[in-house]
Amino acid sequence: QQRLKPTHNYPIMSLKRALVGCKRVIDYAVKVRVRGDNMGVITEGVKHSMNPFDEIAVEQAVRMKEAGKLSEIVIVSCGPKECSETIKTALAMGADRGIHVLISGDEYENLQPLAVSKLFAKIAQEEEADLIVMGKQAIDDDANQTAQMVAAHLDWPQATFASEVTLSDDAASVEVVREVDGGLETIKCSIPAVISADLRLNEPRFATLPNIMKARKKKVAAKTAADFGVDISRRFEVLSVTAPPVRGGGITVENVDELLEKLRTEAKVIS
Amino acid sequence: GSTLVLAEVGADNVVSPSTLSAIKAGSALGDVTVLVCGDNDAAVAAVGKATGVSKILNAKTGKGLLPEDVTPVILASQSQFNFTHILAAATAAGKNILPRVAAKLDVAMLSEVTHIESEDVFVRQIYAGNAICKVKSNDSVKVLTIRPTSFDAVEVGDGSAASEDVSGTPQTLSSWVGQALAQSDRPSLTSASIVVAGGRGMGKDGKGAENFGMLDIMADKLGAAVGASRAAVDAGYVPNEYQVGQTGKIVAPELYIAVGISGAIQHLAGMKDSKVIVSINKDPEAPIFQVSDYGLVADLYNAVPEMNEKL
Repeated sequence: QQRLKPTHNYPIMSLKRALVGCKRVIDYAVKVRVRGDNMGVITEGVKHSMNPFDEIAVEQAVRMKEAGKLSEIVIVSCGPKECSETIKTALAMGADRGIHVLISGDEYENLQPLAVSKLFAKIAQEEEADLIVMGKQAIDDDANQTAQMVAAHLDWPQATFASEVTLSDDAASVEVVREVDGGLETIKCSIPAVISADLRLNEPRFATLPNIMKARKKKVAAKTAADFGVDISRRFEVLSVTAPPVRGGGITVENVDELLEKLRTEAKVIS
Repeated sequence: GSTLVLAEVGADNVVSPSTLSAIKAGSALGDVTVLVCGDNDAAVAAVGKATGVSKILNAKTGKGLLPEDVTPVILASQSQFNFTHILAAATAAGKNILPRVAAKLDVAMLSEVTHIESEDVFVRQIYAGNAICKVKSNDSVKVLTIRPTSFDAVEVGDGSAASEDVSGTPQTLSSWVGQALAQSDRPSLTSASIVVAGGRGMGKDGKGAENFGMLDIMADKLGAAVGASRAAVDAGYVPNEYQVGQTGKIVAPELYIAVGISGAIQHLAGMKDSKVIVSINKDPEAPIFQVSDYGLVADLYNAVPEMNEKL
């Protein structure tokens, strides 16, 4: 068979492999309650889901693959055995395979972003990834650190809080629009790079039933932190976890006149 | 102790209020050195006037506070001066840069600290403020961002800190292309003493963007900033920088007026430390009423124009 001649006078390149981080967290709609021992929150019997920002990260990678910009998507999740469900969800959205770093019990309770970032950096090297996409923060510890830390370990550029991602035709760089305090900022990063997803990067798809069935056949490698030679011991210790003070004593006013009167004479916040 | 604080200075060479709060937080931990990036002598002079600054480091970095530019400068400063703490305000820039610094130093980082109890014990919120977590750091250098609304700003005026030059290493990993920042004569959302915010309820007749005009009028009468819930931003009524909440801006003004906002957990996380909260919503069951000091159950399309007339 004759080989087809390329139709472009320059090669359209694609990325080889993206790692996407997926954290299993208490579902965003659940009202979180503090544990009786004041050392954590109640997780047993509570609905968990994929961190919403990580769903956006998965969607970004899947869209790049669908556009021919990326060849393979590897999902990485670090945590207890239930994380396999989180990985399956990402596979059903269109990722290719998964790596589950099993960490449970006390070790998981004390798992901190620095340790997770070291695992991701090590996996990125072993897998020869040229892109890492993560959610900008997890809605449990609200740390917003892991993507930046992975970039530091690898000496890769970081494009955090991304709301638009454009890979160059030669796949050597990526232009990213970022959400910053006063509006938007555009930066350009060389590849390989780390991207963290903000809310408005995309709207993640729902996994369809046929894709959920297909995802069951996709491979998930079971690993431990020791397999990667990463020390995951804690660097800070939690002294207490308590409920926030309750606001109370509010009143209902009847009309605008009463509201303005209260704000002027009682609260004294307007003149 | 000795603390390095990363400064943010606006285009007009006014030191950002969040930086002034970070200097205040740093003062609680020891001597404060402030790092000013961007090759800007006017910014260095402005920071030098802030109270409680003992020294300024002047770095000739490029535009945009890129973490790939700033991190080597902080690392070089750290090896020269051996700070016990490295601090920034939890702004988009602070949150972007400090985790990279912490990882390079192989230390943990604490984000959005709301209270400094001692040199190694810090308080921060988790789960969108639904739990308060107190932690003790075991690292040799403590790297943290502080939530600006939780710390007063230091005064600007009588400071007289001297500056010296520091440098990092040039990098080719990233470059700054440009920015599109909102232009507004109103105070910024995070420093305004009054905030008027709109939610999904502003979307009547599919005219969300237009309806927000009512809140602009109220804001101008009160000298307030305008904010929004995630729902209003996602619906396209206002740009993303208006968003107040867990992943948007955290505000704590003297007065917060929530209009047509139901009060999702994620939104409450961004405003429930406001001193006085007013909410206007036609649904008496809206969760926002549970955190409000004054609740008005009314159609906002009647109540807001009436307020605007009477203010």
